[in-house]
Amino acid sequence: MGELEQKLVWHGRTKRKAWMVWGGWFAITLLTIYCWMEMTEDTIWFFVLDAPVQAADLIDRMFPPEWSYIHLLYKALWDTLNIATLGTLLGVILAFPVAFLAARNTTPSVVFVRPIALLIIASSRSINSLIWALLLVTILGPGILAGVIAIGLRSIGFVAKLLYESIEEVNGTSVEAIESTGASRFQTINYAIIPQILPAFLGITIFRWDINIRESTILGLVGAGGIGLFLSSSLNVLAWPQVTLIILVILATVVVSEFLSAKVRELLI
Amino acid sequence: MLKIEHLKKRYKTGPWVLKDISFEVPDGEIVGLIGPSGAGKSSLIRCVNRLIDPTDGNIQLDDVNLSSLSAGKIREQRRHIGMIFQEYALVERLSVMENVLSGRLGYLPFWRSFLRRYPEQDIDNAFEYLERVGLIDHANKRADELSGGQRQRVGIARALAQDPRLLLVDEPTASLDPKTSRQIMRLIQSICREKSLSAIINIHDVPLAMQFVDRIIGLQGGEIVFDGKPEALTEDVLTRIYGDEDWTSVKPDEDDLENGEAA
Amino acid sequence: MRTWQRPHYLVPDKRWRIALWIVFALYLVIGISSVEVNWQRAYEGLERGMRFMEGFVNPNFSRRAADIYSGILESLTMTVTSTVVGILLSIPFGMGAARNISPKPIYLFCRSFIAVSRSMQEVIVAIFLVALFGFGAFAGFLTLTYATIGFLGKLLAEEIEEIDNKQLEAISSTGASWLQRVHIAIWPQVMPRMIGLSFYRFDINFRESAVIGIVGAGGIGATLNTSIDRYEYDSAGAILILIILIVLACEYFSGWIRKWVS
Repeated sequence: MGELEQKLVWHGRTKRKAWMVWGGWFAITLLTIYCWMEMTEDTIWFFVLDAPVQAADLIDRMFPPEWSYIHLLYKALWDTLNIATLGTLLGVILAFPVAFLAARNTTPSVVFVRPIALLIIASSRSINSLIWALLLVTILGPGILAGVIAIGLRSIGFVAKLLYESIEEVNGTSVEAIESTGASRFQTINYAIIPQILPAFLGITIFRWDINIRESTILGLVGAGGIGLFLSSSLNVLAWPQVTLIILVILATVVVSEFLSAKVRELLI
Repeated sequence: MLKIEHLKKRYKTGPWVLKDISFEVPDGEIVGLIGPSGAGKSSLIRCVNRLIDPTDGNIQLDDVNLSSLSAGKIREQRRHIGMIFQEYALVERLSVMENVLSGRLGYLPFWRSFLRRYPEQDIDNAFEYLERVGLIDHANKRADELSGGQRQRVGIARALAQDPRLLLVDEPTASLDPKTSRQIMRLIQSICREKSLSAIINIHDVPLAMQFVDRIIGLQGGEIVFDGKPEALTEDVLTRIYGDEDWTSVKPDEDDLENGEAA
Repeated sequence: MRTWQRPHYLVPDKRWRIALWIVFALYLVIGISSVEVNWQRAYEGLERGMRFMEGFVNPNFSRRAADIYSGILESLTMTVTSTVVGILLSIPFGMGAARNISPKPIYLFCRSFIAVSRSMQEVIVAIFLVALFGFGAFAGFLTLTYATIGFLGKLLAEEIEEIDNKQLEAISSTGASWLQRVHIAIWPQVMPRMIGLSFYRFDINFRESAVIGIVGAGGIGATLNTSIDRYEYDSAGAILILIILIVLACEYFSGWIRKWVS
């Protein structure tokens, strides 16, 4: 009897679950349709229908790329590389303490310090580097510095989040063992935690560097230095052959950096 | 001399893990702590070096009351209490030598330990301990290259590097094969004898315990139900500690077999 | 007295270590010196920096309330539609890009489509799509959809390539058609992870939707751009806080859904 009842209850639950799943899909569909209508309210469909013609026209104007323009891009590319690398360094240096303040097992206070560290991480992660750059250009003036700091600020959250997760996964008895020798808090971090998270830390840093190369190519659009500045000025004068060349250079850089970071990570791990 | 008086422990709102534990360990005595899983053995030794805080009671090592020390002061006292762990608890990505030297951390300022600038005396001693545990050739290997028994030897050397007055040993052989287990227990025993160190050893393996310790304390449900010489550990006592079981097979002494069938 | 030096496992040779440090230091010197800082300008910026901090602490939601409202709404609608359409399209592209289930020509086409999508910054794509489709949310929608296909398509392809081949063989041996194989042998294996990744992508799309507005592709980015350009840091602060809150809410919600699904 008891068994039968249990079976019935269980059956009822799956049925309800099935209804909830269907309801969920239905709600998503409705939401999508609503959003679509809301979004396309101001769309001028003539432009959309005209797009293939525009595209053909644009491609016609973009090719061939203006190869002779390339000698102007070397310096810009070097700047872009510096923005990404120095920005990553800055972000990593700042993220390191934040991660330790955010990890449950190393934070000095779960109630006061940890929420602040998590807030820093969330703010940094939610705001794209281009927005940081936009802000910093108005504060510091245009230039590479704004780009470096923008990349750094965006990287804090990314690096700190992954790092604090790996700190929380550290082997607890090793930490206990070091504590039991009478080591201070910093000694425990230095001896028990850092050796354990070091591989993850290096991996995260290189991963972020790779992403930052990609992001730093466009920071120039808002004046924060690098190859994006040239992209912006070529776009402004509608010099499409130059734009093509810049895009090709950016693509090549991204591919090379991806290859490099994959190689280095292979070496380290 | 370690003196424990009316020690009690409970975690937050849970049940009492330790209920009124009192005993003394004179210098040089090796005490085996036996009892079923969950009897509170682990909590008991972790209360001694305050890896966990006791709820009530006194723990006194020589003339210092450990249970009332602040977090800063307890670090100074932890230096005198070496601890050896079940899963070795080495930092696997550090070298063997760094693991041994980490026993000196409580004596050094941060910058010296950070730069690995240990006093010559410490390094000399560390080599000596590594020699003592038979690992002198492995000093610069990474700890994760060693076998289980070798890792436990590093753990012992680390505890020795602290120059301790008391050893706390938590299930030293639980992850080792029988032969290595005996070697490790023998090593711990002979080191304690040489340095007239006292030790509290949590151990599951009753015959092994009876062979290598001076005194046995049986823990059951957070209470001491036996305290005496290993020889006094009769079947009745084992039943009191662990519950009903056929104990004849665990007795190391053939003579005791005549006591007949277990209930 | 015996001496001891810490062994280095990563670069065991001391000369190499020193060489690497020198290269690193040299790069730092050259790299940092290439950052031309206009100290005068930066000093003047300090005051503005303080104002921004103040604006962030005391955000002003009311001055641009209408713009903020419509901008956030547009960002959200773009995010929803582009994520849904992106997911739907990433399924054929992802399956096409999985070596173990698709014919060579289709594989090559899908792979290169995904590779291009992944190496192009959303903002650059947006610039082109705005040029083609005109200013507004539709260009933004297309940008985010394109990026979603690249992101999810690659992960889906990898996931499919890693599935248990025995199951696939077992199903094929019963004489199942290609669609049946996909439905029975592949879909159940990759489904749970794909749901999690889709929510993650939703999150990314929302963050990106705040950026592509800067180049005219709709969403809150345009409003943010104007308020920063006019030094209205309190309005900018309000927008940034809204973005942070929405991202946090998305993360919380997706964590909840993932728990519920698995």
